[in-house]
Amino acid sequence: MSGNNKAFLELEFPVAAMDFVRAGRVASQIKRALEQAGMPAGVVRRAAIAAYEAEMNIVIHSHGGVMRARIAPSLVEIEAEDWGPGIPDIELAMQEGYSTAPREILEMGFGAGMGLPNMRKCADRLDIRSEVGKGTQVVVSIFNAEPLEARA
Amino acid sequence: MEVYFHSVTLDESKCKGCTNCIKKCPTEAIRVREGKARIIEQRCIDCGECIRTCPNHAKVAVTDSLEGLNRFRYRVALPAPSFYGQFKPEVSLGRILGALLELGFDTVYEVAWGAEAVSVAVQEFLARESGKRPLISSACPAVIRLMQVRFPTLLDHVIPVDSPMEAAAKMAKRAKVQELGLAEEEIGAFFITPCPAKVTAVKQPFGDNRTYVDGAISMSTVYGEVLKALPEAQDRYDLVQSTGLGIGWGYSGGENRAIYQGQKSRFSFLAVDGIHSVISLLEQMERGDDLKGIDYVEAQACIGGCIGGPLVPQNRFVSRVQLARIADTIGRPEEGIKREEFLGLWKEGLLDLKGEIRPRPVMSLDPDIRKAIAKLEQLEKTVEDLPGLDCGSCGSPNCRALAEDIVRGNALETDCVFKLRERVKELAEEMVELAQKLPPAMGK
Ligand code: SF4
Ligand code: SF4
Repeated sequence: MSGNNKAFLELEFPVAAMDFVRAGRVASQIKRALEQAGMPAGVVRRAAIAAYEAEMNIVIHSHGGVMRARIAPSLVEIEAEDWGPGIPDIELAMQEGYSTAPREILEMGFGAGMGLPNMRKCADRLDIRSEVGKGTQVVVSIFNAEPLEARA
Repeated sequence: MEVYFHSVTLDESKCKGCTNCIKKCPTEAIRVREGKARIIEQRCIDCGECIRTCPNHAKVAVTDSLEGLNRFRYRVALPAPSFYGQFKPEVSLGRILGALLELGFDTVYEVAWGAEAVSVAVQEFLARESGKRPLISSACPAVIRLMQVRFPTLLDHVIPVDSPMEAAAKMAKRAKVQELGLAEEEIGAFFITPCPAKVTAVKQPFGDNRTYVDGAISMSTVYGEVLKALPEAQDRYDLVQSTGLGIGWGYSGGENRAIYQGQKSRFSFLAVDGIHSVISLLEQMERGDDLKGIDYVEAQACIGGCIGGPLVPQNRFVSRVQLARIADTIGRPEEGIKREEFLGLWKEGLLDLKGEIRPRPVMSLDPDIRKAIAKLEQLEKTVEDLPGLDCGSCGSPNCRALAEDIVRGNALETDCVFKLRERVKELAEEMVELAQKLPPAMGK
């Protein structure tokens, strides 16, 4: 692989809407990939939490979507793109406890309105783009401060 | 590289290379190569799942023998609470302990008693230290090893209170030094173990802990000897110190019950048993879930708790009934006195789990992160090319693990029987094609 000049590795995973049985699997796969890529435990943990919240957002709020993990020595990006209603007021959605999840979902114990705020806590940078009626794209960036440190 | 001790090992002469074990291993630590199972040492957590799975009894636990007792002037038996559940109802607990003395032990110090001390220490820790929640019990060494390998970011949830086995050993040695005027080195403390994980915990303690246990003898071995000794054995009810609460630690839920007892519902507890269930719970915690405000997690690698250990002779459901019966019928000494005593030990630091439990990073594909990412890319490509049947014929537990082995340089793509068949087919087609080509001098 020495001839490979690409700046990062990108992995892509589809996420189905309302599939609560398999929800969390993509986050686990991303976590495992980051461990294999030799990311420090702290980075792996933050990325895993962010990926899980992003995955749950797609499952609960959209008509399905796709997640991508971009991995470079000094940066991990988790991107979640969905097709769905979009977020009319992003600032409001960023507030803890604000939820638009339907009652059935709240009753299942999901959708407590912590998704985006939790993602922000894990992120060094958070970008959200959303178009009402079309969908939402969230990118969580996490920097790896010790990219070249040799690890035993 | 660190050298690891493992209790779980392979008896090569019995292994048929059938691949039954590789799929059940929770850390994907087993590969079949050249017809024999191989354990990747850094990954194995000594949970004993493979001992249960192997139809040929080729996976064995190395434990200490009773001969080891001879090294010491004074010998203490430390029976795990689960041991009590192995006998018929008509055999009294006093006689079980009496029979242990017939095996060459000078006294018995119950691990159930250590468990009661630990229960008090955990109560106090929960009450005094806010901070990380949920806290995870340190009692099952297979769970702690699992966390070192697969859940390093959760290690700071492990409660810094020692296991009942260590607590009992420390308390026993201290008591005997005082009582008999012996030097600590003259006293040998031997744990009667339900599992290989405890053997490893004794040979290679985690954290910076030193162990006070001098050997771990398989419960199956001791059980056989005790059965033989029972007819001669005296009833030594005087050796019984513990109450039903400590004894209950032998099955799942019992640990929480003992800790809960002193706390009157101020904290909420969760009990999980079976290594695969423990994994799914830890995965949930790793995603940032605090498990709905749970304060303490009792986690045991074996289904049913220690009575389900790989070295336990009786059926776990039967022993659960037996153990519960003993726990329910045993007398209750003065609750208050005991509590004060244990509290004193905890304040003194005697019940502390010392030192940091360090991660065992085994997942990374390369120490150089750039190379690791490149290898991950190659791994992803390789997985896509494999059939995805996870059949295990290659000797790796699933297609992804084979891909991992390939990029690590430990396997070849043609180890996959389907890939091999494809290659053979291609080769055959090429041969046919070549055979049809005639030299110009012979053809048209
Ligand atoms: S289950 Fe594993 S250890 Fe047992 S015979 Fe089969 S390959 Fe060998
Ligand atoms: S003891 Fe457990 S971790 Fe070790 S090889 Fe067997 S199944 Fe795997």
